[in-house]
Amino acid sequence: MAKTIFDTVAVNRALDEMATSMASDNIYIIGIQRGGSEVADALQYRLKKSDATIHRGNLDISFYRDDLDTIGPNPEVRRSELPFDMTDKDIYLVDDVLYTGRTIRAAMGEIFDYGRPASLRLVVLVDRGGHELPISADITGLCHHAESGQSVKLNNDPNGWTIELRQVKK
Amino acid sequence: MKPFKHLFGIADLDREQIEYLVNLGDSFIDINRRPLKKAPTLRGKTVINLFFENSTRTRTSFELAGKRLSADVINISASTSATSKGETLLDTGQTLAAMQPHVVVIRHSLAGTCEFLAEYLDNTAIVNAGDGAHEHPTQILTDLLTLKQAWGSPEGKTITIVGDIAHSRVARSHLLAAKKLGYNMRVVAPKTLLPSEIERYGCEVYYNFDEALPGSDAVYMLRVQTERLTDACAFPSVREYHEAYGLNAKRLKAAGDECLVLHPGPMNRGVEIATDVADSVKSHILSQVEYGVAVRMAVLAALCGGEGGDES
Repeated sequence: MAKTIFDTVAVNRALDEMATSMASDNIYIIGIQRGGSEVADALQYRLKKSDATIHRGNLDISFYRDDLDTIGPNPEVRRSELPFDMTDKDIYLVDDVLYTGRTIRAAMGEIFDYGRPASLRLVVLVDRGGHELPISADITGLCHHAESGQSVKLNNDPNGWTIELRQVKK
Repeated sequence: MKPFKHLFGIADLDREQIEYLVNLGDSFIDINRRPLKKAPTLRGKTVINLFFENSTRTRTSFELAGKRLSADVINISASTSATSKGETLLDTGQTLAAMQPHVVVIRHSLAGTCEFLAEYLDNTAIVNAGDGAHEHPTQILTDLLTLKQAWGSPEGKTITIVGDIAHSRVARSHLLAAKKLGYNMRVVAPKTLLPSEIERYGCEVYYNFDEALPGSDAVYMLRVQTERLTDACAFPSVREYHEAYGLNAKRLKAAGDECLVLHPGPMNRGVEIATDVADSVKSHILSQVEYGVAVRMAVLAALCGGEGGDES
């Protein structure tokens, strides 16, 4: 059973606030495939309304995960696209849901294989708690403490996203 | 999808597995092009390249594939292995397996070497890097990734493969892949270099190269493998072979503007392929080499990975 924990109004307001706190003249945004890239698209759309120059990249972290032994390589790997040199840039790394922090750890590993940014800031739409690593977001849209057997997902609605809580394991 | 335990040949793979490996290879291309060519995917894994036949590109390709994914890679060639001191193949295999590698990549002049060793070596994934005239699966996956970049899908296309079909594991593996992926194969060779009943693979057979060219979407030239030609009478002379079966600019023109040129390497310039063709814009021969590394990364990752499940 899925339960909506944030409706489209709340999600849109959170995205607006996140974009406001990211605003500057030159913005470098990297979304983590796939959910993070979609959130990055939504933020980019909002930031475009200002005069900022936006540089956008996407990261697929499949080859940097630490669980190859259990899940095997993802058959739907998307290529990482980083069409700018990251060296000495202030980068926003965007994901949809922050949970254990392992995805972010993998993403940081991959980013540093491409270059050496001046800084890396984590932007997440939802922090659902349950962190397993010393990683937290610099810009957080929404917070909801979910239990370990629950999953927090973005759901497409005609008016935007809603955020759902699902029971996956007893 | 069926999980991968070993990679013996195209014969054992279904369409879904072939496409999976090609698509996975596609996603590895980028790592080979960026400044820091390394990802941690296979950290802690050990890969042994056991080559009983000479090879530069395939061995280097597997070595780079393993190293760029952070595996520990060891190369053993026949001249340095204990087989040169009289050890049997099985003893060599069991000795190496006792050192607990995750993957052993094998090239051998005898067909079926990998299947034979796999029966005795538990907990070791075996990859066939060419066994006699039997199969060379990673070359075909490489070609399919090259064609994916050019065409998207090979389905419905016609690939004309020319040369020593009888001794070619590449030709055999392609004939098997063609049936599974729905592309057409034309084989072109003098009768002495064609196996009997080759038609049973469902390909079109030509003895005249010029007749096979119109309608070809790609021409795949095979090296004349002098080391495998036990019968010296297979063709009269190199010059005559080049005139009848060599790919030159005139022939390439007859095949049409869109026709691609492929070759698994190493090339014999002036024998099966003319220099101006090998260096032309239609030649995808160096792309094959580049994508070969990406495909081998995919094969190693697929063999070292788990059997699937949800992301956490």
